[in-house]
Amino acid sequence: MIKAILVINNHGKPRLLKFYQHYSEEMQQQIVRETFQLVSKRDDNVCNFLEGGTLIDGNDYRLIYRHYATLYFIFCVDSSESELGILDLIQVFVETLDRCFENVCELDLIFHVDRVHHILGEIVMGGMVLETNMNEILQRIQEQDKIQKQEAGITAAPARAVSAVKNMNISQQLKDIKLPDLPSLSNLKNAF
Amino acid sequence: MALRKVRSNIDRIFDKSLTDLIRGIRNNKDNESRYIAQCMEEIKQELKQDSIYVKANAIEKLAYILIISEVTFFKKSIFRYLAAAQSFHDETDVLMLTTNLIRKDVNSANMYESGIALGGLSCFVTPDLARDLAADIVNLLACSRPYTRKRAVLLLYKVFLKYPDALRPTFPRLKEKLEDPDPGVQSSAVNVICELARKNPKNYLTLAPVFFKLMTTSSNNWMLIKIIKLFGALVPLEPRLGKKLLEPLTNLINSTSAMSLLYECINTVIAVLISISAGGDHTSSIQLCVQKLGVLIEDSDQNLKYLGLLAMGKILKTHPKAVQAHKDIVLRCLDDKDESIRLRSLDLLYGMVSKKNIVEIVKKLMEHVEAAEGSHYRDELLSRIIGICSWSNYQYITNFEWYISVLVELTKVEGTEHGAKIAEQIQDVTVRVESIRHFSVSQMALLVENAHVLLAGSAQQRSNMCEVLLAAAWICGEYSQHVRNQQNVLESMLKAKPSVMPGHILSVYVQNIGKLYCSLMSQAEEEDDWDQIDSLDNLMLSKLPQFELSEHLEAQERACNLMTIIRIIEQRHQKKEKMGGELQKLYDGELNPVATKAQRKVPVPDGLDLDAWIGDEWVSESEEAEEESDLEEMFGAPITRPKMDIGDMEEDVEEAAEDHKKGNKGKKGKKSGEMSKEEMEERRRQREQEIENNPYYVKGSATAPKRPTRFGNPIERTEAAEKEKEIQSPLEIPGVVGLHRYMEQQDSTLSWKKAKEDSDSIGKKKKKTLKKEKGGGKKKKRRTTSTSSEEEDRVVHKVNRNDGEMPEGAKSTDDEDEKNIPTDEFRALDMDLDAPLRPDEIVKAPQAYTRTYPSQQKPGPLVPRPPTTFEPRPVVEAPKPVKEKKKKTGKTGVAKLKKKKSLPESSASKSNLFNMDDWLEAGSNNGTVPSSESVPKSTLAVEKPAKKTKKSTRKVREAYEETSGVCTPSIPHQRSPIDTDVPTTSSEFTRLAANKTLSVDFVARPNQDPLDHGRVTVTLKVQKLGDAKIQKVELSMVDTLNAKVVKDSDEAILLAEELDATSSEASFDVQVTATNVSRMMRGTVTYFLVDDEGTRDDKLDLRLPLPSVVFVIPNSSIRKDDWSALLASDEVDFVASQSVKTSPDLKLRTVLSQISKKGHFSVVEETPKEAPKAASLFGRTVGGQPICLLVKKTTDGLQIDGKAGDETLIQSIIQDVSEICARV
Repeated sequence: MIKAILVINNHGKPRLLKFYQHYSEEMQQQIVRETFQLVSKRDDNVCNFLEGGTLIDGNDYRLIYRHYATLYFIFCVDSSESELGILDLIQVFVETLDRCFENVCELDLIFHVDRVHHILGEIVMGGMVLETNMNEILQRIQEQDKIQKQEAGITAAPARAVSAVKNMNISQQLKDIKLPDLPSLSNLKNAF
Repeated sequence: MALRKVRSNIDRIFDKSLTDLIRGIRNNKDNESRYIAQCMEEIKQELKQDSIYVKANAIEKLAYILIISEVTFFKKSIFRYLAAAQSFHDETDVLMLTTNLIRKDVNSANMYESGIALGGLSCFVTPDLARDLAADIVNLLACSRPYTRKRAVLLLYKVFLKYPDALRPTFPRLKEKLEDPDPGVQSSAVNVICELARKNPKNYLTLAPVFFKLMTTSSNNWMLIKIIKLFGALVPLEPRLGKKLLEPLTNLINSTSAMSLLYECINTVIAVLISISAGGDHTSSIQLCVQKLGVLIEDSDQNLKYLGLLAMGKILKTHPKAVQAHKDIVLRCLDDKDESIRLRSLDLLYGMVSKKNIVEIVKKLMEHVEAAEGSHYRDELLSRIIGICSWSNYQYITNFEWYISVLVELTKVEGTEHGAKIAEQIQDVTVRVESIRHFSVSQMALLVENAHVLLAGSAQQRSNMCEVLLAAAWICGEYSQHVRNQQNVLESMLKAKPSVMPGHILSVYVQNIGKLYCSLMSQAEEEDDWDQIDSLDNLMLSKLPQFELSEHLEAQERACNLMTIIRIIEQRHQKKEKMGGELQKLYDGELNPVATKAQRKVPVPDGLDLDAWIGDEWVSESEEAEEESDLEEMFGAPITRPKMDIGDMEEDVEEAAEDHKKGNKGKKGKKSGEMSKEEMEERRRQREQEIENNPYYVKGSATAPKRPTRFGNPIERTEAAEKEKEIQSPLEIPGVVGLHRYMEQQDSTLSWKKAKEDSDSIGKKKKKTLKKEKGGGKKKKRRTTSTSSEEEDRVVHKVNRNDGEMPEGAKSTDDEDEKNIPTDEFRALDMDLDAPLRPDEIVKAPQAYTRTYPSQQKPGPLVPRPPTTFEPRPVVEAPKPVKEKKKKTGKTGVAKLKKKKSLPESSASKSNLFNMDDWLEAGSNNGTVPSSESVPKSTLAVEKPAKKTKKSTRKVREAYEETSGVCTPSIPHQRSPIDTDVPTTSSEFTRLAANKTLSVDFVARPNQDPLDHGRVTVTLKVQKLGDAKIQKVELSMVDTLNAKVVKDSDEAILLAEELDATSSEASFDVQVTATNVSRMMRGTVTYFLVDDEGTRDDKLDLRLPLPSVVFVIPNSSIRKDDWSALLASDEVDFVASQSVKTSPDLKLRTVLSQISKKGHFSVVEETPKEAPKAASLFGRTVGGQPICLLVKKTTDGLQIDGKAGDETLIQSIIQDVSEICARV
């Protein structure tokens, strides 16, 4: 079982948290902090397995992580998962993200959290590995994107119109309209 | 401003919480939308608030509204479940209100919607949801889309966890999924069963044959890893299984290139070897494992190195010799820059150490200790050094002086948490090795005299390393005869400041001050040196009272005791009475090491009732006893001290003494038990009140602090932390030998021989003197060592290496080893899965929800699929041998029996068990996969049900054949008109191109490996037609945008070096981007033609068609009812049709055979049966998409209609099929 999947950046900011076992908010925060501390002090050329931390309270757990550019991808798993297998899975996950976002970077994870979660949902379900074949995952994601796009075709038209109107910023433009005669009018009023 | 703030705060009190919202929605059934709109307004207001709490509450509510809203759009449904999965968890109670909503989504026609719902559900399934939705999820197991099936299977695990009652009725269905045609579903099922079996392995032993078969046949690495891991869990329960596994696992180890798989195989082989270590010779397997692990460890990849060391550690436990071959590598790993790897190699050191190299290894480790950064690693190193040296009672140590120096050296390590461990070692060694005592005492005396050095530094360090002082003080006191300058040691002990010294050490100090005083005083008395005696008494009386003020209760108690004794002695001394002899009796006797478990194993003496009331006689007890029991009361809770052998021993002794006392008291109490009940009650109340009022009474549950609370004071601690930086220099105590100096002055004056002589003489003097004062119980325990001076051995050190003393009558069995007890959650899942189901054991069908399941054609009950699915399916596993025997009709039998359900359950499950045994026996005999040969050997009991099955199968088939007009594709036997030969027969090849000299035929097969869906393996066959010699036949294909040949280099594919008379075959892979369209690739075959005229090159152009039918998996089958359900569902909602003109006398059968051969479709139904005019066919693409075809014979040709879930797919399929038909 996978107990949790964390994506944390180089500064310890969580970018994706998925816990397959319930923890309170505070506990989650603590886990993130602790995990980051464990992971961040390791060189890039050491092994990718770690033991320790409170997340791993049940002594059966270990951290398996990979470091890509600015992000740490950390999987917390128990002994029923193969260590090397999970390393490969992380690779699959990251490559899938890369294909879906075309050169994925940290910003993609920030702006499309929902999509990242969705992609993860195609790979891991409830702590168990669902699919390891990247082509299959990509195909499924693309098909779902297509459905969403079709829907967008139906529903998005009015929404787009509204947003276009919003973008026009009518109120501001109204304000910007010059009314040269107004002061003179008020003067007139005063005159009376 | 302030007023506004207050007002808004008051407003917030009336904000709705999530529960309020839900309650409100339910109360406003009639105008729900208006209520929600109103809530939305409120939420908008709340979101504008400053308070984060209010905002969070608002968002929570918003998420709920999103979740319950009637959504029709897919995108929203993604969000819905994302929000739900993130905000809900398995203890959220609001979820039960959404059951129907979730059920609707789970059963959604859109596979992605249902997939998202299943995925979301896995995150927040509650026991209620699990109970209500179990039946729906189980129904989804029969769904035609692997995408949904896969998820349903995985979700089942969560359902079982929350609702264990579902496990037994559902398990047969889950087991079926192990043989699912889709590898993804199969792997999910394996995954779930592995998770289940990990916690309760014994219930899944009967599945071993199924998994064994999967293991030997599957090529999916991910799944293999899981299966192999599962076997690792099963093996300890069934050693026979281990023997059977060895061979296939060894094969896998030798053949696989995947490191992950290799590693898991090795792991399981190790588990096997551990389980069968008793019998048989498996050196070759061990050798193989060790050799492969050696490769891993030497790999430059740190991960492999780490895992290699990890697995090596497991071998070490059972086969230490095998590991020793890699000593050098492991030692090298100690220097690795990676801490994890260093830690792992430390694990292995136990196996590497020998008497010869221990000094060298420890020296190396000590260097590491000095260089180590980070306290974790340093602590680990320390504990390893101690662990190695004390391994099986100091087996490897020959020079104990060296070891004491090592330990003393270790006390210089700063900030370690192993102070107590070091102290324990010093004590243990000194007790066990008599000859070392002199040396040890001299070192310890120095430590005691320089206690201030150890006590300096930060609070953290003090609390740890000063533990050594405990050992030092104890050794100096206990072996005071070895102390050279007792006066000095005594004085420095008396100098200890109770405010600085932790309490438990202080109490040891007091005790040993007494010992030293006793020893000094006796000496002085012997010499009649009354001045010395006076000064001693005065020293004690002036210094000791400060110990009486210690906050630590035990120290205080002991100090008070000692003070009283000394005052008495002092009074006697005034009268010039000699007290030495009397006093010595207090500290007489010698200690033996006691086993750590000794206290627990003390048998309760006969006639002692530990629960009997002992308190009623306390007033009339003798004065001494009263004092004791008062103390006992005062110190109700035993004071916790760091755990150590010797310390325990002392406590043991005291406790044993108390036991005796209690026993006596109990007896006395019974004798004079005349007190009335009321009186007793009264007494007890009084006492309780006293206890209540006594501030010093330590309540039963509370444990006394280890040291005075003042040390725990945070302010002091921070101060100390500040100081920490200043005191960085290593602790150097002048005179303490330490390791380095010890090595230098090996032959110093402190020779062990002299020491031994000394100790021998003293030992003789003391031999067999027993002590009385401190309680009768000690008599029993404190005996002089029998080894003390009996023989002069040639061994350098006489070491007491036994495990320590055990109380008389204690059992030596190790019955209290803790096992891995599964947590409650998993204990609930511990149930016998082979026992037949009781009639009441069914998963409750969902109620209230009225959506009909697509497969449910007939009007009937509203239950999605009748719970027949949960009825016992005894046959799935039972007739295994039979199934094997008639391999061809195996599936038929199962399928039909399923329909008939004629087999009695009991016989089925019984034969199931026998089957298992047979299977295992077969394994131990020849180690092969169960085959038909192994069956006849089976017992009669097996044969009977087997025969029965066979008979009933035949009967069923006969009955079946009589019903005309139906042909079930799941019965390959009846599909005989259609050729379903083994692939790659010559007939499968299709002519691709030919000229005068050679011809090229091809066959294309989809890659069924789930890892590459869009991959086709093309096999080309080149055949020579003429007489000419043809050399170097090469093929170059032109890659298109969507189809590429998979190859390593850009060079052409070599089909044959030289063509001889026969044909030559070569295959290559083509990767396509989409599997739902037909395509064509161009290529050229170039070759050299050698004939009379010489050598010239020639070429042959070819066009390789890759029709979409290539991606249809051959022999995919479907049951007839599933087929009609599929057609009715909207899973196949794209239609295409085409008509083909053929000759009027063409038989439909011929066409069908071509379609099934070239197009890989299988026939579902033909009507009428004799001379069919129409037939329906079914196929499944590698992607798992179902395709339905209907081929009708018209007057002048054929009409082909198709249905599938993808428009392009069905169009191209129809195109291809009609081409096939046209070519017939």
